[in-house]
Amino acid sequence: MSETTLNLLEPGSKAKVIQITGRGSARRRILDMGMVPGAEIEVIRKAPMGDPLEFLVKGYNLSLRKAEAELIVVQPLGV
Amino acid sequence: MEKKKITIALAGNPNVGKTTLFNAITGARQHVGNWPGVTVEKKTGKRTYKDTEVEVVDLPGTYSLTAYSLDEVVARDYVVEEKPDVVVQIVDATNLERNLYLTTQLMELGSKVVIALNMWDLAESRGDKIDTRKMEDFLEIPVVKTVANRAEGIDALLEEVVREADKGEHHEHEVSYGDDIEKKIIELEKIVGKDSALSGKYPVRWLSVKLLDGDENILEKIEGSSVATQVNSVLSAIKKEDYEAAMAEKRYETINTVLPQVCVKCVKEVTFSDMIDRVVTNKYLGIPVFLAMMWAAFEVTFTVATPLMEFVDMFFGWLAGVVAQSITNPVLGSLLGDGIVAGVGAVMIFLPNILLLFLMISLLEDSGYMARAAFVMDKLMYKIGLNGRSFIPLLMGFGCNVPAIMATRTIEDEKDRLVTILVNPFISCGARLPVYLMLAGAFFGRQAGTVIFGIYILGIIVAILSAKLIRGTVVKGKPSPFIMELPPYRLPTLKASAIHMWEKGSIYLKKAGTIILAGVVFVWLLSAIPAPGVDAAFASEEILGTEDSLVGVLGHIIEPLVAPLGFDWKVAVALVFGFIAKEIVIGSMGVLYGTGEDEDALAEILTAGSMTPLTALGLMVFTLLYAPCIACVGVVKKETGSWKWTLFMVAYGTTLAWIAAFLIFRIGTAIGWGL
Ligand SMILES: Nc1nc2c(ncn2[C@@H]2O[C@H](COP(=O)(O)OP(=O)(O)OP(=O)(O)O)[C@@H](O)[C@H]2O)c(=O)[nH]1
Ligand SMILES: [Mg+2]
Repeated sequence: MSETTLNLLEPGSKAKVIQITGRGSARRRILDMGMVPGAEIEVIRKAPMGDPLEFLVKGYNLSLRKAEAELIVVQPLGV
Repeated sequence: MEKKKITIALAGNPNVGKTTLFNAITGARQHVGNWPGVTVEKKTGKRTYKDTEVEVVDLPGTYSLTAYSLDEVVARDYVVEEKPDVVVQIVDATNLERNLYLTTQLMELGSKVVIALNMWDLAESRGDKIDTRKMEDFLEIPVVKTVANRAEGIDALLEEVVREADKGEHHEHEVSYGDDIEKKIIELEKIVGKDSALSGKYPVRWLSVKLLDGDENILEKIEGSSVATQVNSVLSAIKKEDYEAAMAEKRYETINTVLPQVCVKCVKEVTFSDMIDRVVTNKYLGIPVFLAMMWAAFEVTFTVATPLMEFVDMFFGWLAGVVAQSITNPVLGSLLGDGIVAGVGAVMIFLPNILLLFLMISLLEDSGYMARAAFVMDKLMYKIGLNGRSFIPLLMGFGCNVPAIMATRTIEDEKDRLVTILVNPFISCGARLPVYLMLAGAFFGRQAGTVIFGIYILGIIVAILSAKLIRGTVVKGKPSPFIMELPPYRLPTLKASAIHMWEKGSIYLKKAGTIILAGVVFVWLLSAIPAPGVDAAFASEEILGTEDSLVGVLGHIIEPLVAPLGFDWKVAVALVFGFIAKEIVIGSMGVLYGTGEDEDALAEILTAGSMTPLTALGLMVFTLLYAPCIACVGVVKKETGSWKWTLFMVAYGTTLAWIAAFLIFRIGTAIGWGL
């Protein structure tokens, strides 16, 4: 599969981070929390109202909104 | 022998057990909870270990030394600027990778670090095998296993800390960032090194690394220095975003070269948590589950407490009897009976409810659900212009708005934070509960529970609508991002919850014995002094709590303000004194309506008097919405740093309260309800 952004993945899918677009303090925070290029991510679930999303990254659960997830370019991994 | 003195800081990611460890070391009872962002201020404690006096500083959690929110700034500033002798980094053994990210930054800063490998019990029980020897070798940092909530490993940790503090010269450890970045680091080091003020205070390499990291705090420091232009010319030549990403990546890479050898076997999944989450954050169940939990918590506080209240009630009834019989001095008897027993007693009856309320909140906090509530509600919060993070301070407001407002420090966006502070007082705190319990109990009989629940819901609705209104008018701005860790669930221990409940309960008792007591005695005093021109003795039977006392005169002055709401002068006085603490609304009414000598409870006197279910409802709504108590106003001023916003909040709430009570009274009267 070709590169996509994290917000487009369905729960259950796994992906590898390629890069984080955008800028500023929120982006840096996302990097600090382990969403770095090369990191493997699993999409766990969507919140009841469809947003935010929950991910497994670096062995813990992190929640981001779709708006932030859209900044994360990923390469989906086969299951 | 003179004792040695050292200062140590407890640093680490949020929710790893720093405060639990702090409590275990110092014997303090600081607030602990299973969600990120419990501690928002630094707290200091002391412990003597052998011949060393150790000053221990508990810090808010932080993921990185590049701070993101106000609470993280506190932690960063302390570690970077105050330079404690040793930094104890509490590391969650079940989540080494992300925790060690902060370690790499502490190493770069050149702090003397000791790692407390906490939650060792959890790592062990899920079958992780961590080689702490290897970890020490790789990181060149002492590592001590701890289980903070069982106070295990504390002495070993202190031993290591004291030894580390005694060590002489200390060198910084380096993360190597690869050729390209290293070249830039060296270039910056040369420039920054020329400014002796900066290089004397911080490691030059660390400053250079942080500059490439895009750390605003360091950039500011450079801005005011002699090397500003040179640094800026280097930084403007590079693509900042690429560097930021590459450096974070390198740090994680460094960790990942070490980790496989340290973590001989490490589990990644948290299956137990996942199972719960499938239900509580389920697409269809998520919101119903949240509402059901709120309802259950409410039911427990309300119904379980009822039989317990009888005991407290009986106790005060008995006390009133004893006072009436044994004290012969009429003035003293009146002070005790009509003042203290009637006033403080009216408030104390609700101690069981308050205890249960705090028990419920502590279960909520310790389980790990708090962060899920933020996750589930984020979308809704987004719609009103806030952030899921704002939901946690709002939930905490059900206990007390003061710590709740402080908890907003974890909200990074200033506008979100301001609005969360301003609407927080509408979330009905524990101090207002006695007012509802008493009034609803007196006037709504079996419907009391429903009425009170309705009041709570009204508070939430007003908070939400107000947030939307304020966010759309006076505090406009873009929505801020929601970035939040969801910690694993843990079964709350009975002990922890009981301690929690007792802590809060004793604060309530203390409040009853000090501020409420003082307020009530003051009201009694005013009601015991004859009004000018009235010929009666001090504290004599015929003037106490009547229009012939000083309080009557004062009450009549302010009565016109609330007369359109159907409140009489006694209620007016009670509301004024309720500004000191909301419980005093009930306390003052106890004094003014006179419950001292006769066995009748305040409720019975009220129902027999001029008050109707309609005015009672209006009074409850007014108490919910009007100016919060002094302590709350104080904390709003402190946290917003602005009298303008503080006054806005007071005026806005009081206006709303007036309008709401007015509408209730007018509409109710018009349709002839409840008279
Ligand atoms: N099983 C287990 N639980 C622990 C241990 N240490 C702390 N906890 C629990 O972990 C949770 C977080 O503890 P806190 O002390 O509040 O964590 P903190 O690091 O101060 O958190 P913040 O102030 O939010 O940064 C609480 O529910 C504690 O009871 C431990 O060693 N083992
Ligand atoms: Mg803490």
